[in-house]
Amino acid sequence: MTCDEAEILLHALIDGELDAGHVREVENHIATCPHCAAQLGAYRDMQAEIAAADLRFTAPPQLRRRIEAALPQPRIASRRSVLRGFAMGSVVSAMAATGIVAIVLRSDDEQRIESEVVSAHLRSLQAGHLTDVISTDQHTVKPWCNGRLDVAPPVIDLTALGFTLIGGRLDYIDGRAIGAVVYKRRAHIINLFVAQTPNASRSPARTDDVQGFNIRRWRDHGLSFWAVSDISADELTEFSDKFESAMRTNGNS
Amino acid sequence: MSGLRTQAARTSPIADETMQFGSSSDDQVRAQRFRDAALPYLDDVYTLARYLLRDASDAEDAVQECYLRALKHFDSYRGPAMKPWLFAILRNVCRAEFARRTHSSITPADELPETAEQTTPLWSEAQETPETEVLRHRDASAIQRMIAALAEPFKETFVLREIQNLSYREIAEAVGAPVGTVMSRLARARAMLRTAWLAEEEQPK
Ligand SMILES: [Zn+2]
Repeated sequence: MTCDEAEILLHALIDGELDAGHVREVENHIATCPHCAAQLGAYRDMQAEIAAADLRFTAPPQLRRRIEAALPQPRIASRRSVLRGFAMGSVVSAMAATGIVAIVLRSDDEQRIESEVVSAHLRSLQAGHLTDVISTDQHTVKPWCNGRLDVAPPVIDLTALGFTLIGGRLDYIDGRAIGAVVYKRRAHIINLFVAQTPNASRSPARTDDVQGFNIRRWRDHGLSFWAVSDISADELTEFSDKFESAMRTNGNS
Repeated sequence: MSGLRTQAARTSPIADETMQFGSSSDDQVRAQRFRDAALPYLDDVYTLARYLLRDASDAEDAVQECYLRALKHFDSYRGPAMKPWLFAILRNVCRAEFARRTHSSITPADELPETAEQTTPLWSEAQETPETEVLRHRDASAIQRMIAALAEPFKETFVLREIQNLSYREIAEAVGAPVGTVMSRLARARAMLRTAWLAEEEQPK
């Protein structure tokens, strides 16, 4: 290796960009060439000085605000636009008729939302907080939700399938009113939170363990679902499977 | 079920009057995805703009323009990584919008004569700097000044490597030059900075 080559490659060496073969070649040259060895040392020192200094700039807050202001703003969909958005085919129209929540949650920060879902679940377990409307009849829960939310969550009775519908509740997630449908499995409560999501694509159900509770979440037809309970992950999966299949049946009817 | 999925994923064929009043929900979803992907790099983009343009308010304008252009082209974005992609856009913004401003000092790399980089052999320049001399410690603002004073295209290459921590390949993508060119520019940039650093020490302040 010539000095000309080494003087280019020693930079790649200190930047960690050389493969093992070239590292050896440069090191062999350095070992026999005091000039290039000194160069390498000098540039290493300079790189260390550069790395130790804070040479970055922070974007001023007004710049951040200007950019934010120039981007299309997230906005809560009106009831009308939600219904219009869903009025695209008989299947989905039927869905709209069974009731869709009109709350748009931002799709980011899912962890924070999951932890809020658990907090809401815990709040609901305190005496007198579980349900705003007590009913085992989906035809009672649904109109109640209709009066309180722009559009109500799908309320599906799964009692015959081992998950007893016991009522509905208005709750707050991410600072917004959201519908919760309450089910019971033996002595265990399942809260099913439903919110509209701007993300229309379907996302299969997955289970997360958050603060000792299982959360099963999925997304379909522009709705996000979070089922939270202290029942086992297997039972919660059974719940979401049965709910999803019942919703498909409802949607197709 | 699969047919239903497709249906739900598509935009409603029915004209939605809300579109006339501004952003449709598709736009909002897109904007949110863009926010999540691009805004975390705001400080990085601003830092590069400050080195390329020096003037702080020019840098702000360029960064804002960069983000608006990035949003416009976000649909066709398939890579490279977000950071080099934003840098490439910023570079174009600086070229197009600010090159002719008299108070901004940018010399667009692409407008340099082809030979400018090659005229001075690297080794002859480097040999003039005493390689055994130890650099005196300088504070951050002094180092920033010395870097900002480097000529293009060496400055941008240096900033992308040492301050933005881009790999050679990412730098090549951001500046649209082969990796070999990036390597020789970086070697030149470091030689120039070291010369400036040593020269500044000789001048008593
Ligand atoms: Zn040598």
